[in-house]
Amino acid sequence: MANDYIIEMLNITKEFPGIKANDNVTLQLRRGEIHALLGENGAGKSTLMSILFGLYQPTSGMIKMNGQEVHINNPNDANDLNIGMVHQHFKLVECFSVLDNIVLGVEPTKGLFLEKKGARERVMALSDKYGLKVDPDALISDITVGMQQRTEILKMLYRDNDVLIFDEPTAVLTPQEIEELMKIMKNLAKEGKSILFITHKLNEIMEVADRCTILRKGKYIGTVDIKDTTKEELSRMMVGRDVSFSVDKKPAQPGETVLKVEHMTVPSKVHSNNAVKDISFNVRRGEIVCIAGIDGNGQSEFVQALTGLEKMSSGKLIFEGKDITNATIREKSKAGMSHIPEDRHKHGLVLDYTLEQNMVLQRYWEPEFQKAGFIKNKAVRAYSDRLIEQYDVRSGQGSSTVVRSMSGGNQQKAIIAREIDKDPELLVAVQPTRGLDVGAIEYIHKQLVAQRDSGKAVLLVSLELDEVMDVSDRILVMYEGELVGQLDPKQITVEELGLYMAGAKRDEVPAEV
Amino acid sequence: MVLLIKYTLLYAVVLLLVALGGMFSERSGVINIALEGIMTIGGLAGVFVLALLGGKLPTPVLVALSIVTSIVTGMIYSLLLAFSAITLKADQTIGGTALNMLATAIAIVSVKAFNNSSAAGNGAASAKLTYDNSPFIYKIGPVTINIFFILAIIILVCSSIFLFRTKWGLRLRACGEHPQAADSVGINVYRWRYAGVVISGALGGLGGLAYIVPSVSTWNFEVGVAGAGFLALAVMIFGQWKPYRIAGAAVFFAVFKSLANIADSTALANLGWSKNIYSMMPFIASMIILAFTSKNSRAPKAEGIPYDKGAR
Repeated sequence: MANDYIIEMLNITKEFPGIKANDNVTLQLRRGEIHALLGENGAGKSTLMSILFGLYQPTSGMIKMNGQEVHINNPNDANDLNIGMVHQHFKLVECFSVLDNIVLGVEPTKGLFLEKKGARERVMALSDKYGLKVDPDALISDITVGMQQRTEILKMLYRDNDVLIFDEPTAVLTPQEIEELMKIMKNLAKEGKSILFITHKLNEIMEVADRCTILRKGKYIGTVDIKDTTKEELSRMMVGRDVSFSVDKKPAQPGETVLKVEHMTVPSKVHSNNAVKDISFNVRRGEIVCIAGIDGNGQSEFVQALTGLEKMSSGKLIFEGKDITNATIREKSKAGMSHIPEDRHKHGLVLDYTLEQNMVLQRYWEPEFQKAGFIKNKAVRAYSDRLIEQYDVRSGQGSSTVVRSMSGGNQQKAIIAREIDKDPELLVAVQPTRGLDVGAIEYIHKQLVAQRDSGKAVLLVSLELDEVMDVSDRILVMYEGELVGQLDPKQITVEELGLYMAGAKRDEVPAEV
Repeated sequence: MVLLIKYTLLYAVVLLLVALGGMFSERSGVINIALEGIMTIGGLAGVFVLALLGGKLPTPVLVALSIVTSIVTGMIYSLLLAFSAITLKADQTIGGTALNMLATAIAIVSVKAFNNSSAAGNGAASAKLTYDNSPFIYKIGPVTINIFFILAIIILVCSSIFLFRTKWGLRLRACGEHPQAADSVGINVYRWRYAGVVISGALGGLGGLAYIVPSVSTWNFEVGVAGAGFLALAVMIFGQWKPYRIAGAAVFFAVFKSLANIADSTALANLGWSKNIYSMMPFIASMIILAFTSKNSRAPKAEGIPYDKGAR
């Protein structure tokens, strides 16, 4: 019987101490298809792929390749079977050139020495064939994330891999880069490569995948043909209940102004131009103002200047009638500004601290948590336990879990719990749902709307168009460091918003509404 | 002036050898703070060969044997660091420091025991070892060339080629920069780190011999190698982990170090400065230079972090 499956993972079970990460999961990959693996954070997708890639051994179950049972004991075995993987966090040596990274481990040599000329020609040929534009001599540290990812893909192609695993490849990309990646993946499949695509983004699955296998809490839920299914059905299978994609909210009732930004200019760290150019606007109580724009148009710099991580070169910040232009981060925080940072690992959490220590990071000096310089551990524990309970932060050992070991969604929930529980007047949320699954996204959107409804001001910075359209009450579009449009999400279309974001359209933005 | 050049070369060769050793270790991802101790042990072993067999063997054999002995001893001693830092994933700085202390102790104890037994109580309290260093010295006109100078040049060139022109160099560097990446393409990180540390042991041991033997014919092992290993680490950092820059840095530091030796016999004596000032110079210079350059230093990214296959 001709078997059209290139890889079959049959009845895979993987137990870790105290947890079944995979429970009788079956996944069959056809030759030349794009097969999505869908599941929430912690559903066992990564574990399953790690088993296929030889990083873990299954407790039971078997893996077949082309109908033959195979044993994959380490990544070398996977390489020998022509299975390649683009890891979520790229495995690239930053100070090496693109070419060096591609050949690392399978270096062509002439006598004792490296022979890069042939390798370069092969890489360029592959790059042309699949439309993977890279500069072979550029250092990894100098190129964009998109090009780094193309380097990773070329690494697999250079090794003649036939089964390509993509572990959440779009989490780090801009919308344009995602579009390009989708094209590349379709191209690869057309050339006969079989692709496993791990994700929790439904739009991408609908666009690119042929079939989809869904996992929930380590269990196999089912495999469906994409052409016979809908986004709603997929999300129901993934989460186990209906998820609403549109955010349910009442019309906004804006009150007095909380934050006034006047002529803010922020220098750029990467080029000599200003990253933020003379922007003015205000945010009022009871509304969610969203700063939309394509990544890299000055949003990050704006937020850093607003929250105090960086200095602005001119302009003024008025917060509840007080000038806080030169206030320190702690002063701003104490005055009632909360910040859900863009990079939760870098600015949001101390990863090697416990959850409870992270929960009181901005408040440990308050009398509630310290006496004469000594931390009141009991009070901290009680406070942290309450937040965990109230905001449903899940972790292995509760308050004493080291944050690094938690899943991304729960790390984000911990930050949100901490920032919202401070009872801020203004909540600055930067890409709060980045890399999270639909269940967690829904939860976070609800929290933002709840803040608004309780009369707080919310300033949301987002790259996700759906989020911009659904959550915000007022959209400010940022383009090349300037505000180029103030829009009402109820009155514009996504296409129109796109025109503003691309700089094709602009109008005056009033400094105050 | 000739004297200055002579001493400069003498020290530069030592610093170069040892700093290159440190470079290999750090490029593979292991901080080798034990260079000082490796030098002591390597030097001790080589000097013992000279003291025991001097005059009994033909000169070339004696020279080769003492060099090989110090290299092998250095390698074996460095395996202790490799085992603790790589296999046991212990803190590399603490492991290295322990080896430094152990090295001097071993040297003192064994030299004293040796002196006791050979001189029948005569040199009981001394950790000094006396030997004949003439086999190592060749005179060409006024310049004394020692064999270590030639070795160092060869090793310098080979190091650079190895590191940047061979696939082994590429792999070694990958292990020091991003071991997870190396592992994911099938490179055995543990093995390469062992290789890096053992190479540094070889060069450190050789450097120890090169430090002790050519300049004097008696060495007091109570001082170990008097900070030369640490100075070599400074040279390595100043040289930015690159072979030829390390060579330049080694010469630079060596000039300062030799100033101390020749201060009395040259015009510098007229300044009336204490000799101690010159002795301090290389160390002060290294502090100042490191303070200014460490900001831009491009150390291997993963150095000092034990590699754990399981960690993500």
